[in-house]
Order: sequence, then C-alpha cells, then structure tokens
Amino acid sequence: MTRYAKPTTVDEALALLSQADWRPLAGATDFYPAQGNRPIRENVLDLNGIAELRGISETDSHFVIGARTSWTDIQRAELPPAFDALKQAAREVGSVQIQNTGTVAGNLCNASPAADGVPPLLTLNVEVELRSMRGAQRMALGDFILGNRKTARQVDELVTAIYIPKDAARGLSAFYKLGARRYLVISIAMAAVRVVIEGGRIREAAIAVGACSAVAQRMRALEAALIGQEFSQAEAIIGAATMTELTPIDDVRGSAEYRLDAAREIVHRAFDAISRPGKLAA
Amino acid sequence: MSKLVITLGVNGKDVRVEAPPLARLSNVLRDELHLTGTKLGCDAGDCGACTVLLDGEPVCACLVPAASANGCEVRTVEGLANSRLSALQESFLAHGAAQCGICTPGFLLAASGLLERNPHPSEAEVNDALGGVLCRCTGYRKIVAAVLAASGTNTQARRAEPSNGAAVGASPVRLDGVPKVNGREKFGADSFPSDALAVVVIRSPHHQARFKLGDLAAYQSSNPAIAGVFTASDMPGENRFGVIPAFADQPALAENFVRFRGEAVALVAIERSALADFDAGAFPIEWEKIDHALTPDCSNGAIHDSRPDNVLVRGLVERGTPEETMKSAAHIANGTIETSYVEHAYIEPEAGFAAMDGDTLVITACTQAPYMDRDDTAKLLDLPVEKVRIVPTATGGGFGSKLDISVQPLIGLVALKTGRAAALAYSRQESMMSTTKRHPASMKAQIGTDASGRIIAMRFDGVFNTGAYSSWGPTVANRVPVHASGPYKTPNYRANSAAIHTNGPVSGAFRGFGVPQATIMQETLYDELAEKLGMDRLEFRIVNALRNGDATVTGHVLESGVGIADCLEALRPHWARALDDRAKANKGNGVMRRGIGVASCWYGCGNTSLPNPSTIRIGVSPEGRIRLHQGAVDIGQGSNTVIAQIAADALGVPLSAIELVSADTALTPDAGKTSASRQTFVSGKAAEKSARALREKILRFANVSDAAALSLESGCLTIFEGEARRTIDLAALPLDKLGYVFMAEETYDPPTTALDEKGQGRPYAVYGYGAQIVELDVDTRLGTVKLVKITAAHDVGKAINPLLAEGQIEGGIAQGIGMALMEEYLPGRTENLHDYLIPTIGDVPPIETILVEVPDGEGPFGAKGLGEHVLIPTAPAILNAIRHATGALVTKVPATPTRVLAAIKEASR
Repeated sequence: MTRYAKPTTVDEALALLSQADWRPLAGATDFYPAQGNRPIRENVLDLNGIAELRGISETDSHFVIGARTSWTDIQRAELPPAFDALKQAAREVGSVQIQNTGTVAGNLCNASPAADGVPPLLTLNVEVELRSMRGAQRMALGDFILGNRKTARQVDELVTAIYIPKDAARGLSAFYKLGARRYLVISIAMAAVRVVIEGGRIREAAIAVGACSAVAQRMRALEAALIGQEFSQAEAIIGAATMTELTPIDDVRGSAEYRLDAAREIVHRAFDAISRPGKLAA
Repeated sequence: MSKLVITLGVNGKDVRVEAPPLARLSNVLRDELHLTGTKLGCDAGDCGACTVLLDGEPVCACLVPAASANGCEVRTVEGLANSRLSALQESFLAHGAAQCGICTPGFLLAASGLLERNPHPSEAEVNDALGGVLCRCTGYRKIVAAVLAASGTNTQARRAEPSNGAAVGASPVRLDGVPKVNGREKFGADSFPSDALAVVVIRSPHHQARFKLGDLAAYQSSNPAIAGVFTASDMPGENRFGVIPAFADQPALAENFVRFRGEAVALVAIERSALADFDAGAFPIEWEKIDHALTPDCSNGAIHDSRPDNVLVRGLVERGTPEETMKSAAHIANGTIETSYVEHAYIEPEAGFAAMDGDTLVITACTQAPYMDRDDTAKLLDLPVEKVRIVPTATGGGFGSKLDISVQPLIGLVALKTGRAAALAYSRQESMMSTTKRHPASMKAQIGTDASGRIIAMRFDGVFNTGAYSSWGPTVANRVPVHASGPYKTPNYRANSAAIHTNGPVSGAFRGFGVPQATIMQETLYDELAEKLGMDRLEFRIVNALRNGDATVTGHVLESGVGIADCLEALRPHWARALDDRAKANKGNGVMRRGIGVASCWYGCGNTSLPNPSTIRIGVSPEGRIRLHQGAVDIGQGSNTVIAQIAADALGVPLSAIELVSADTALTPDAGKTSASRQTFVSGKAAEKSARALREKILRFANVSDAAALSLESGCLTIFEGEARRTIDLAALPLDKLGYVFMAEETYDPPTTALDEKGQGRPYAVYGYGAQIVELDVDTRLGTVKLVKITAAHDVGKAINPLLAEGQIEGGIAQGIGMALMEEYLPGRTENLHDYLIPTIGDVPPIETILVEVPDGEGPFGAKGLGEHVLIPTAPAILNAIRHATGALVTKVPATPTRVLAAIKEASR
C-alpha cells in the first residue's frame, strides 16, 4: 500500500523521511509528466503544507531561497541585479502556468540537463541545503547535481533551501535562452553571465552554459581569460574561447556541433545584454 | 492511496469531494464535479488546455494534486459568465477567436487571469500570458485581437445578424459559437456515461514484432475490476479496415504480428473506478522484435506480402515531351527536398463512447467522417450498416487524421461484447503513436524555362513514406503529380510519385494530401530560376501563372475562374513595400538579415477523379421551424455556419430562421467527409440546391413567382409578391414521413473525369488558388528565424463568411510555419507536445489577409474551397525568404536552427 503524507513542518517531514522511502513532491510539474497514466506506486511526501519552505529571506551573509519558492515568486521578488539572470530564467521556465507552481528546488532535484534555473544559480555560487534527521549540510550546486537526473541527495534528506552568498550576489547579470520556438520550449542551449565591472574592467566573471553537457557547467577557463580585461574586449575573448567544459550531444533539439557554436554565441549575447545602455551605469 | 475529503471553492461555490490526494485536479473537476469545460490535451503541462485559475493564478489543472487545491478557490470556464457572457467571451465570439473550441477554455482562463491583474495589457504582455496555451486551429492572431479588445471596460456588442438575403458575404457569430466560449460544448471525452467501462488499449512498443498472448483468463480473473479482455480473435467481422476499401489492410487489433509502434493488440475493459490503479504494463504478452525500416530507402523486406518492394501505389502525370523540351531550355534548375513526419497535434486526443440502443450500436465520438466511420466499424464488427449509428461530438481539431477510424471499433467491440457502455479517451502519447501523420517526402525535380522566362518543362519524382498501412497513401500518390507543377502553365511535364510502406506510423491525410510537400520542391526551384533569369521573383510567377483558357498538366482546360494571377497581382504593392523594408533592415552588417519570400498554391477541391457526393436536407416543420440537416462535420472550420448561410440566402429566409440538425448518421443524410476542402463547395452546393428546391416547392404551392419573399412567423408562412400576400397555416398541412410539411433533399456530386494512364483528364471540378509573401529575419549566428509578417492573398471565389475565411487562412499559415520551422515527428522519440513542437502564440507574426473573389461557375454563389490551400504556400515562402536573407537554401524541413546554421555555413564555403 503506497502512502501519502502532507507534513506541515520540516521536522515532521524529516521524521517521515528517516522511516521509509518517499518521493518528495512540490510543484508536481515534473512529477505528473513522468508518471503519465501509470498508477502511483511510490510513497509520496507532499511538501506543499510546509509554509516555512516558501519564500526568500536574507541573513548577514546570504540570500536564502526556500525550497518551495516558485518561479513566479522569484520574478516578483525584490533582488539585486546579480539576480537578473535568475529572474529572466524564471520567466522562461515552461509557461506562466508552470512558473506559478514549479519550484526552484524542484528544478534542481529533477536534474534535467536543460533545467533553465541551473546556469543562473551556478553563476551565483549557490549552495544547496540538505537536511535530515542526521543533521544539515550545504553543498555547492555543482556537487549536488551529479548527472542527468542524478543528485547527491540521500533518501532521508530533504532539500530545504538554496543559499546565495552575498559576495556572489554582486554585479550585473543576464540570461539567454535558445529554443526552437518562442514559448513553452525546452532549451537547445542557455547561458547565464554575471560580471562585476570596475573602471571598465572585468573584476569578476561567472559564466554558465546549460543543455550542452549532462550537467550545466561553469566556463572556468573563459572566466579566467576575461578577468582583468577591458569589458569591451569580451566579445573577442568569448569568440576565441574553446569551452572544453562542454560535451554536447545530438538530440531532437539540435546537433552537438550546433550547440558548441551556439554556446559561444549566446554567452556573447548575454554579455551584450549586460552592456546595453543604462545597465552598466546602474 | 486512500481518498481524502477535499474542500474547494469552485466558481464561488463551496464544494466537498472525495478523491485520492494525488488525483489530478483536472480529473476531479471533470469526473467528480462534471465540469467538463476544463479540457485535457496532454496531461503534462505542455498544452495548457486545462488551465484554471487557482486562487486567481493560472495553473495547469493536470499538474495540480487534488490535495494541493484543498482550501483554494478554483475558477473554470463555467464560472466566467454570470447571466450573460463576459466581455472576454463576447470578444472571442466577435473576433472568431474560437474555431474548434477545444483550447478556448484554457485561453479564456489564462486571459482572464491576465486582465484581472492588468486590465490594459500590451500585445507583448498578452503573448507572455497566453504563451502556455496551444491552439492548432486559429493561428492565434484572432485570440490576441480578442483579448486586446476585451481589455479594460470595453463591452462587446454581439455581431449583428445579417438580414434576409444578406447572409452570404456576412460574418455573423458562428452558429455553434456560444457553447465554445461558455464551456458547454461536448467534445469526444465530455459526455461519458457514469457507468461506462473504461477501455485500455494494449499497444506495441516495437516498430515491428511478433507477439504471443499469455493466459488471458488468468489475467482477467486476477483483477475483479476487469470486465473483459479482447483480442483479434474476438473481432466478429473481417479484421481489416482502411479509408479506401480496395486497399484496406489494417487490423483493428493485430493478429500475432505488428508493423508499427503503437499498433493496437488487445483491449482491457475495466471499471472506471479502478482505472487510476490499473497498470497496463502487467498485461501478459511476449514480444519478439523483428528488424524494421523507418525510411523507404533502407527497407528490410516486404512489410505486406502482397506488395512487392513495399510499393503501395505509384502515381504519374505526363504531358508533352518533358525530356526533349528540357534539352532546349535556356535555364534549368535542379534540386532535392526532404520533409519529415508531421503530427496533426489537434489539442483534442481521439475520444468517444459506445453503447447499445436496442440492437443498434451507437458510437458517440469526435470524427471528420461519420458515414465512413459507420461503414468501417460495421464491417469490423460484422453488423449491418443500419445497426451502427455514429453521433459525432464536437471535434477538437482534425486536419485529416480524424478521417480514419481510431477509437470507434475498439469501444464498439467492448460495448457489443459486454452490453455495457464503453468509453475511451486516448492519452496524448497514444494519439501521437497510433494515428496518422503527414507523409515524409523525398523529392527531386528539374524545371526549365526559355530565355524569356516562360516555363517550358518540368520533371518531378517524389517518394512518400506511407508508413505501415495504406490509409490515404493512394490519395497522396495520386494528388501530388496533378499538383506538383503549381498553378503555373507547364506544357511539358512528367511527375512520378510513389507511396512506399515502412514500419513508421501510418501516413494519411493531413491538410493538403502531399501537395504542401511537393510545393516546397517546385517553389524553391522557381526562385532559383528567377535568379538565373535576373527576373523579379513575383513577376516571374505572374508571367507563368495559369489563366482562363489554359490547360493544366492533366490537360484540363480551365475555362473560367482561374484566380492565381489575381492573387499574385494583389500582392504587388506588398511585395514592393516588403523589399523596401528589407533594404532598410539590411543596411549595415547586422547579424539579423531580412529576407522576403513568395510562393503560390492551387488545390483541387474534392476527391481526385472519384465520386464525391454530398446530400443536404431542409424541412419546414408544422410549427414553422426550418431545419437544416447538415451532415458536414464542423471540426472548427465553420461548416455549420457557412452551409446555413448558403441555405438561408438560397431559400430566402434570414439566417436566424434556420435551425441546425448537425451530423448524425441517423438524422442527417451523407454529406461526405470533412476533407479535401470540399464542404463549402460540395456540401454548400448541395445545400444551395436543396434550399432552392424547397423554395420552389413553397412558391409552387403558393402559386407565386420566384420574385416572391418568404416570411415565417408563429407557425405561419407568409409569402409576399408585390402587393399580394398569402399566408399558409403550416399546421393544417399534411406531414411527410419525416414530419415535415415542406421538405427538399438534394445531392451534388462535382463533375470530374477519370485520369487516363498518363494522368490526363479532369480530376476536379474546381480549383482554389492563393499566394503568400513571408517577411522574416534570420539570425545568421544562431540559425533562428523570426517571422516579421505574412501577407496572404487567397482566391476563394466568393467569401461566404469572410471572418471564417480569414480564420482558415491564419490557422493554415500557423501549420505551415510549424512544418517549415519546427515540426518533426520521430517515432518513439517525440510522442509528446514538448519534444514535438508546434507554433505557440509567439511564433505567428501579424498576418494580412487579402480575400480575392474570382467567382467559380460551379461552386455555390461562386465559392471555392480554402481549408487546405492556405497552408501550402507558407513553408516554401519561408524557405525562399531564408534563402533571400542568407543565400542558403535549406533542403530538409523543418528548418531547425541546426539546419539553418549548417546551410549558412555550407553556402559560405
């Protein structure tokens, strides 16, 4: 007999997780499509009764996004410009209907290579908070998502929040999504860029590309090549980037060769969006 | 999972339901609360048809667990109107924003959510808010216009009813419009009896396989909810169906062997209450996979023993001396084009229920072809045709695929065997796997001109992947050679076609029957020829356009009504403006490059050289009601309205006096199938004939001339002629066997002749024509295409209802855009609406429609068909525009970003 539980506190949820295997459920936007019309044979832990998991807060050192925070919540939140890429991604996740129910943490736990939320969160150096009866831990997002549909979450753990260090929440950011139609589309590739510019030079650069590898990747070599350079040189440097971190595949949305070409271009486009008049001065 | 008590506010009323906590809210609304206005299109959040407002915010009800809605306020389409329709609903009617109506509730809710937060949205905001709802009929433009017009405090006045004699040419609110916007329309899955058995279809997961069934008796007895298991051996009649009887080859349930993925092999009839917990994966069956071929060029032996080389049909049209004349050509263009499987992707998956009414099997289901459904179902079930009644529900899009039977024999078999009602609604995956597709084509052609730019010869060779079974493959193979010249004078010509079997999904009818594919081949070569000639591409087409008195490639001399030159000439000012805009847009070395393309279409209305009759009945009841028995199924295109408009004017009564009796094999005579752009022309002509015959009977009875006017009021028919006036008390007249006091029933069958062995003859009585200009920007670094504008000139002969005609054009263009840029069905890989992409509201640019009216002598009031013509020019015009923008011709559609960028790279090498 499969079980259903709808706890109202995190502690209650963790107690349940310690006793049996559960499928945590939040926005359900990936749950039902994967289920199709097969009967549900897993125990389902419905997190939608846990009020403390929803919303965005601030500590001295971090912004904290609760696991149940929806993409619409992200769009409507007052956040510094470093979050612009995340907000732009929030507007591109599925449709308004999906954004109203789908959650940020769910996007990470589903671990699709094409998850729109992952590249902007990678550029914010986020940490994923996992709690269990055994305790709490935070791990870097890059360590949390292990592969296509694979995460480091243990069966008794719950993703409770996403932590954004304030020293990463600086600068300007932009997101570029490339798809074969305008709305409701799984990305062929997407890029998020966050830069801190001082005196016309790039002081910090965080660049991530998604859907071009099993897990979205930071472009560390390109970031290193950009740091210290004039912002105006970015186009040439990006154009010369090799992006060896990317290992795209051929699929129904695009060829591997195309994705490599496009990745460089959309990183450039995201940079370009940042440099649009008014933005640099902000 | 045990049920929970869930409390909801639904449309302002508190409701308690018991449901499993993870039941989808959409199912709770439909099955428990009987609010079937919330539609199911995909159960995956991909189509938005089930959009409801949950505490004021739009969500897909199919993705909301019932338990999550506990304590929430839910608004559905049924809650939008109070005593009268909302301004938004009225605006949808006024703008013709609902065609089939299956997506309409989703749009209304998403738009209501927007307008409540933002009463004066911009067009971009409307697009952003509605981007999550898919429509396959309208092309979205009228939906956007309807939402913008309903913003703020606008109140919408209903379109005025046309006055007596002025119905033809007017655009009244469609007669079946109101139920489409208030949620009351019943589609295939909306009226299942509560005690109906659910039918689950067991299907092949393999492209080709043998199978052995396990112990079905033990399987059935293991689950008391299973009422029966049925296989091919239970099929009472000949287990072969097909839309063209001579080629019928498809078993309704496979016999030990399957030829495509998704083929049905068995049925499990189960109590509906047990469906949610039923796992079809446990069905006892053993599969043995066999090598398969998905494309015609790597075939692994015969798929049907009776068809050597897997050839279903070959087609040929030959005229003059193409080879010899080609040698004398001043300019020759050669090319190849490949197209992909295209899925119809109507938002309503196939659905219906069957029940016994005495000894008659009644099938209530969505369809395009009730009489064909009746005949094939009766044959499979070994019933006399009069013991099968087909009651079409509203049909949520068809586009050709709902011409073939799907659920009908399956639910029919269960109802017949169990004596109980049996219901089945296909899942999206099931619909995509098992029903027909547009034929993938692999074509090559050569066209030659003389030095002055006149076409002198053309050769065309097309191989069409017809999939595992025959369906409409023969029709495609025969239609293509007739049309591959385009509407251009081509004196020397040979076109060969072949429909070849593979283990792909069955290719059937899809808006245009192969002509859209062939037109891509011809129209892209025309651009190349114009370039070689140094001629303007539009003028090159005008020079070669067919004119009255010209012979087509089948030797059919078209005496009158040839409107292609009129269409092309109507585009001249738009072409000049577009070229001018392009010059401005392409100043400098931007990444975005503007291109302009043009392409034409022609399309024969009705069956190719085959009888194609429609019969329409009109009766006057003793109470003074005029009933139009109109059996042309309205799948959204508007036949309910258009045929009534024709009948009203032919009879001489106001449109409002006409009562519709819509398609039902027990109530309406056979008006043929909704296909081949034939309903306005053929059924419309039958309606005109029968209305005129009825008028004649009444006038003769009253002994007045045809100048008389009719008026019907409170059971009395009054006839005016000059000063004279005569009143007939209808109740005093004798009734005929159908209960009418006056009645007429007339048939029209368009005059055609058979094609000879060279394809020469008169295959159609009427052709329709059109041409479209596409303006677009290509992103030369990403290979993406942004459409800027489409201008469409279509010769409809006479626009019976201009608003509906525009709706057909915009919707056809949207499907052409999909075919050109994004739609590619890959068996086993794109069986859903997130991997298989159709255009969204953001993918269809502004469309300017020019209705050209070159009357046809044959059609009713001069009208010609339109439904399929409209998508034919779009894809070739897009490819021509991409080439104009970049110099690169993409030779395989869809022109995805990957293919466009590869073509640009190749061209610059």
